[in-house]
Amino acid sequence: MNEVFKLLAEGERLNESQMAEILGLSEKDVDAQLAALQEEGLLLGWIPVLNPSTGSDNIVRGVIEVKVTPERGGGFNRLAQRIARFDEVESCYLMSGAYDLLVVVKQSSLHKVASFVSERLSTIEGIVSTATHFMLRAYKEQGYLIEQVEEEKDRLDVTP
Amino acid sequence: MSQEDPNRFIADHVIGLPRSGIRDFFELVSAMKDVISLGIGEPDFTTPWHIREAAIYSLEKGRTHYTSNLGTIELRREICRYVDEQFGIGYDPKSETIVTVGVSEAMDIALRAIINPGDKVLYQDPCFVSYHPTVTLAHGIGIAIKTEAASAFTIKADAVKEAWEPGCKALIINLPCNPTGGVAEKAELEEIARFAIEKDLIVISDEIYAELTYEGEHVSIASLPGMRERTIFLHGWSKAWAMTGWRIGYACAPAELTEAMMKVHQYSMMCASIIAQDAALEAMKNGADAVQKMKVQYKRRRDLVIRRFHEIGLVCHKPQATFYAFPNIESTGLTSTEFATRLLEEEKVAMVPGTAFGKYGEGFVRCSFATGYDDLIEACNRIERFVKSLDASGSKFSENAEVTRLSN
Repeated sequence: MNEVFKLLAEGERLNESQMAEILGLSEKDVDAQLAALQEEGLLLGWIPVLNPSTGSDNIVRGVIEVKVTPERGGGFNRLAQRIARFDEVESCYLMSGAYDLLVVVKQSSLHKVASFVSERLSTIEGIVSTATHFMLRAYKEQGYLIEQVEEEKDRLDVTP
Repeated sequence: MSQEDPNRFIADHVIGLPRSGIRDFFELVSAMKDVISLGIGEPDFTTPWHIREAAIYSLEKGRTHYTSNLGTIELRREICRYVDEQFGIGYDPKSETIVTVGVSEAMDIALRAIINPGDKVLYQDPCFVSYHPTVTLAHGIGIAIKTEAASAFTIKADAVKEAWEPGCKALIINLPCNPTGGVAEKAELEEIARFAIEKDLIVISDEIYAELTYEGEHVSIASLPGMRERTIFLHGWSKAWAMTGWRIGYACAPAELTEAMMKVHQYSMMCASIIAQDAALEAMKNGADAVQKMKVQYKRRRDLVIRRFHEIGLVCHKPQATFYAFPNIESTGLTSTEFATRLLEEEKVAMVPGTAFGKYGEGFVRCSFATGYDDLIEACNRIERFVKSLDASGSKFSENAEVTRLSN
């Protein structure tokens, strides 16, 4: 685990020059460490964290519980990987409990989520059943709180 | 003093008390806009949510009454367990610990419980702003023990011996130290302990920054042989758990001393706020992870600030604990107050002059790095610009340095 990774993991939004300043490295070194992280597969990429409850597009998120028949040798992997490749799928996890895969689908309309489930997902051989839930409202997204009273940072200017 | 002057009503030992240097500086800073303040002696983190949530639950349950004067027994049990585990000192929750309104109150009741008028009290200098005044308010006489940058502001046993004089009853120590970041060194503490026993001193040890120790292991003087019986151990949640505004702390001491402190506390404070006590209980039970997370950030900020000070050319020891750096600014030829005032006026960065923390703070400023990276980076750039501008103004530099030396 390199220094840049530890700093990123603390969750501060920092650009490369700030990271360099904080860690006492050159920007070139920060670049190199970031590249190494991506190479090792620790850091997958950068995406903005958007507020799912607002925005100009009507985003519909479906959360789908999927039961599948595991295969000899591969278990759940082959089916899970196949499902994960669809662009519609935002994330896909193997779960313990009453179902096997949890698939989060992001689409611009309810209809599109429905057709993804009925035409794509449930027709794959090995899928036993699906149960689709629609997300109604987000309160926290990727660690960010949404629409709550903002915390006041009202420290005095100078204190003992 | 005229008959109409309200000052005539004020007690001699209060009217003679100087206002905290922090207060003066605060007024200067708050009159200005867009200042980056490195003058704040508290965490920038808000109290962890699980602790705040526990306080909300406590209110919902209708916990709005007085508690035992000593504090709730649940909290006292947790305190004693924690102090035993972390500091290696055993106290009885029933009779040897008292929950107070912050460590400041604990210091006050400790001193009021033990000081007779005219008793002398040794304290390290530079130190937290309240120590000397609290001694004075308890009708004691404060005697400063010099701590120095050369020994990274730890308390040297020799300095204690040098400062000691007949009539000394108590010794106040604060390691890790606000404002210097000085930490305890076991060998020195052992010698100080032997000296305390020899001179029959009672020690008041404020260890509020113990958890924020980045290198080495924190040692409490109370854990040394023969010291538990003559030490009042003070601690609280303000710093490591980011709970300054809750005003909650505690003292641990042998039963007789705790009983004496309890009497003062009982008649002045009754008990600490029950909501704060419930929050502190949650902090004791489940707060360790949050403390660790904050500590990692402070350490990183410290490394940044110390590296920048060195690049700027300010001599600064690397504090092994606390969120304070205490750079030496003598090379600029300015006094602490001149440096802090001009830095504020010219670059809008606030650092507290070392003299606010005692006479031996001259030549230093306190930099609190309990602030976000953005501000720290920008503040360091501004300090650099300021120090360079002093360099550029050249020759009067050395003259000023001469004046500073003479005036010392």
